[in-house]
Amino acid sequence: MDLILVNLIDGLVTGLLLFMLSAGLTLIFSMMGVLNFAHASFYMLGAYFAYSISLALGFWMGLLIAPLIVGVAGAMVERYGLRRVHQYGHVPELIFTFGLALLIEELVQFIWGKNQMPYDVPDILNFTAFAISGNSIPAYKIFMIFISVGIFIGLLYVLTKTRVGMIIQAALSYPRTVEALGHNVPLIFMGVFGVGTALAGVAGVIAGPVLGTFPGMAFVLGSIVFVTIVIGGLGSLWGALVASLLIGWITTFAKSYNIEMESILNGIGIATPENMDDNMFRDFWSLTSPQIADILPYILMVLILIFRPAGLFGKRTQ
Amino acid sequence: MKNITKIGAVSALSLIIGASAAFAETIKVAFIDPLSGPFASTGTNGLHQFEFAADYMVNQNGGLLGGTQMEVVGFDNKISPKESLIQLQVAIDQGIRYIVQGNSSGVANALTEAVDKHNRRNPDSRVLFLNYAAVDPALTNDKCNFWHFRFDAHADMKMDAVTDSITSDSSIDKVYVIGQDYSFGKAVSAAANKFLGEKSDTIEIVGDELHPIGKVKDFTPYSRKIVASGANAVITGNWGADMLGLGKSIVENGYSGPIYTYYAAGSGITAAFGETGKGAIRLVGEGQVNPPPSDEAAAYYTAFKEKYPDGNVDQTRISNTIGMLAKAIEEAGTADDVVAVANALAGMEYDTIWGGKVMMRESDHQAIQDLHIFEHTNEGIDFPYDNSEYGVRVIKTIPMASADIETTCEMKAPS
Amino acid sequence: MNEQLKTDPTKPAQRMRAGGMTLSLAPWIIAAVAMMALPMIFTNNSALTIMNQMSITIIFALAYNMLLGQGGMLSFGHAVYAGVGGFFCMHLMNMSDFFATIPLPILPLFGGLFGMGLALIVGSFSTRSAGTVFAMISLGVGELIAASSVIVVAFFGGEEGISGDRTYAQPFFGVEFLQQIEVYYLTAAWVIISAALMYLWSRTPVGRMANAVRDNPERAEFLGYSARWVRYYSFVASGFFAGVSGGLFAINYEILTEENLNAASSGIILLVTFLGGVGFFFGPIIGAVVFTLVQTVLSLQTELWAFYAGCLFVATVMFFPGGLAGLIMMHVPAVKLGKWKLLIMPYIKTLIPAAIGILGLCALVEMTFHYRHGATGDNEMTLFWTTFDSHTLMPWLIAAAVTVIGIGIARMTAPSLKEAWDEANTMGGAS
Repeated sequence: MDLILVNLIDGLVTGLLLFMLSAGLTLIFSMMGVLNFAHASFYMLGAYFAYSISLALGFWMGLLIAPLIVGVAGAMVERYGLRRVHQYGHVPELIFTFGLALLIEELVQFIWGKNQMPYDVPDILNFTAFAISGNSIPAYKIFMIFISVGIFIGLLYVLTKTRVGMIIQAALSYPRTVEALGHNVPLIFMGVFGVGTALAGVAGVIAGPVLGTFPGMAFVLGSIVFVTIVIGGLGSLWGALVASLLIGWITTFAKSYNIEMESILNGIGIATPENMDDNMFRDFWSLTSPQIADILPYILMVLILIFRPAGLFGKRTQ
Repeated sequence: MKNITKIGAVSALSLIIGASAAFAETIKVAFIDPLSGPFASTGTNGLHQFEFAADYMVNQNGGLLGGTQMEVVGFDNKISPKESLIQLQVAIDQGIRYIVQGNSSGVANALTEAVDKHNRRNPDSRVLFLNYAAVDPALTNDKCNFWHFRFDAHADMKMDAVTDSITSDSSIDKVYVIGQDYSFGKAVSAAANKFLGEKSDTIEIVGDELHPIGKVKDFTPYSRKIVASGANAVITGNWGADMLGLGKSIVENGYSGPIYTYYAAGSGITAAFGETGKGAIRLVGEGQVNPPPSDEAAAYYTAFKEKYPDGNVDQTRISNTIGMLAKAIEEAGTADDVVAVANALAGMEYDTIWGGKVMMRESDHQAIQDLHIFEHTNEGIDFPYDNSEYGVRVIKTIPMASADIETTCEMKAPS
Repeated sequence: MNEQLKTDPTKPAQRMRAGGMTLSLAPWIIAAVAMMALPMIFTNNSALTIMNQMSITIIFALAYNMLLGQGGMLSFGHAVYAGVGGFFCMHLMNMSDFFATIPLPILPLFGGLFGMGLALIVGSFSTRSAGTVFAMISLGVGELIAASSVIVVAFFGGEEGISGDRTYAQPFFGVEFLQQIEVYYLTAAWVIISAALMYLWSRTPVGRMANAVRDNPERAEFLGYSARWVRYYSFVASGFFAGVSGGLFAINYEILTEENLNAASSGIILLVTFLGGVGFFFGPIIGAVVFTLVQTVLSLQTELWAFYAGCLFVATVMFFPGGLAGLIMMHVPAVKLGKWKLLIMPYIKTLIPAAIGILGLCALVEMTFHYRHGATGDNEMTLFWTTFDSHTLMPWLIAAAVTVIGIGIARMTAPSLKEAWDEANTMGGAS
């Protein structure tokens, strides 16, 4: 029972982190129709910038400044790269972000080298907040939860309650009309792209110390972010939240409990074959849930796409 | 149009490749390992150590066979078996007769088979494969061949040393085994089960599991299980980001015992572990650095640091590889006849500057040497890694470890 | 929203042209002769190995373009069809009794059939819709199969993969395929055959309908064609040729591993195809040749090859969305008008300084890299056949000057190039 509570907290941390990435991605998608493959690369940039800044000015300044730099970099990419490619259509746009992801990884290796960076949790947060039957919950995790919940509430407030949010929402569905009303739609696009990448930057800053700051960190997270927004429904903020938490909890619980394929199969009435060694499916029989925990989201995505192509919260198209 | 493009491109290509094939007045060693991509840091550091060893141990002492210099040429295999085979072909075409490789047993398996086939099909341009770090036991057992030599202890031998250390510590009675879900992780798990079962009745394995390699973002759920199981020792074969993630996560979530592992030093990992890993990380390996076993070793390390301030000597077997190859070439009296060099290498006994001897077993071309258990610490460290204050210090030595380990190898000398 | 991820037919650069119904034999004969002759020029084994790698990539990229260029379907997991085809071929190689009865050259056919078999299964649900849904299903299925490759050891051999020996096949007219050159001719034959078949496919009614469905699925449906079935046929055919390339891979390298299936390989083939140009049949061929050279030959020269590849790629997408093939085909109107001679001098004036400027920039990048990561005391570096000390000011000044002057001249002459370009592409007027 205690372990369930601990796992719920761990899954929440993973899920919220994923949400900070997928929120930006889904915003950018719903506005511009671009699946930004380089999104996780901005997450990586966030971690690296924050590390460099934290060496000189400490962790907190890193948390403050790094996302701003990442956001500006993102806006520049939109202004001078994507906007140019936009005229060619969606596939070139997508491929542009794909190439950009490769380029950013190379650039990071060029500047910071190929090693792991010793980017650490600040001392002030480096203690155990509380323990549940021997399982300590680091204070930093609580801090991560607060930051991401704060950002979600802020985002929701800006999008639904402020004038800027109204214009953004309108521009999402009717860009031409909004433009005709005298708003600068390209500027809004640039702003949304900048904010989206800055969110990814924040995620990088706070995830870098716990998940490691290394050149492969974008690749590890890259496609799972897509999976999240596809499951949640492209363009839906709530969908992104639900899907992030769902993935966070599914993977955490699958890793925590050793559910064996053998017992599942036995449970539904299939007997274990006598001679396992030369059985074609021997690897299938010996599967355990921790082994496949990280590919479960992909299975979920394929199933959802087959049965409900618009995703959990997506609007039905056509 | 396409033909013109192709002709132009390929002529440029043959110029580039042909240019270096024309002369061969140095003895060249091809280093085929990742120099770009996610594993590049390990590869680049390995290349530096090879270049330094060739320079320091051979060239500065007047070269080989009366003055011929030794040159290490880096080939980037991007840790891909396919690219490795292409680069192997390029290296052979450049007249290179000695291949060194170490990162990834998958690549090593591909290379050893390719070298065997090449040598059978092309007796005129045979090559030797000197494996300095790929530890899959099969390479000197079922898959052994005359052309392959391993200078590192293989996974089973290292596990033998690890379990020796665990059984001699009476405070350990519950062991948790966790690893990456691929051949090496599985081999570590199998060896841990085998040796612990043989050596002790009191030690219980409370957990034994695999996780996907390179895909885990957060190790917290695994550490929860480890803490919950009450284990007081953890054995893992993880490396790279998976090692760092697992190690940090276990310690931060409340585990306080030792973590026995293979690869958790250098390439930024020592610095990244820092204070967190102190007293927890224990490594198995060859080659003592702290405290330095001899003045020669200290001088070697100091000279290396002068040349590569950002590098580490974290693979001392590299200098053994170069030293033993040089000795074998001198004994054979030729660098061109690789069969003679291989015969000189097989059975060789070599005094290493890192203390003790290295013996290249004739029956399977597996090096037998002293193995050590190191701990990650900042106390008593003369030569730290990653320019941090942390390094690894010997806490236990097993002389000529697993010298009598069995092999299934049936060595066939070429006809 | 579902239809967003596909090539956009309203943009000429991405529109795969249907071409005339008449088949011109000349390019094929030239290609065949060239492939026969190449080994006479490049005799060493490594050149042959690299050309084999090119050939394999060519078939794979052409197969991929059957989806992307012809069918407008973006796949993020196409490597699995090539990989699975290759794995089956490798298992056939290891069934020594059966393998000894078939000649090696027909092995890729089996690879194709198995690739096609997998495509039949996956396509049955993934091609129901195009666009984002198709792209994401391909990503998911690709990841699943790649992940299972390390789990299902019995079939995929885990991380080490599985290997075999091609020479155990039945000798083919006395050839045992011991040497690289024999394998080269086998691969070359398959390249010509597969490319010809894929070209013919694009001329069949199904191939034509693939274009129609890509451009306007509704209209195609109204004409009585099922968009879904047309996509399905393209997908299956593409799976077949991908499998052929996997079979050739098995013959060439005699080993298949997880890298034949993973997301990186799927991504690379997308890059290769797009770099070459999706709008033309021969685009992927150019892409495959250029990319293989960058990956294999440039990586011998510099550790930063991936950085340059990334720059090349991003620049291509930004400035030449038609890819390298599009760049070449841009000149067709000028040639047809007989005014291409007008372009020669402006090209020399602009492109050569630009190339020199870019090389200067590369030199600066290399020097920065050497300065930061080189060994202490190891100040000498060799670049463009010159050896110098990277820690002195002079080389930096020279490289910077070359860069600035080169690019400066290029910028100055660019307007006259544009004028010449407009002139060359305008009908009539004095030449």
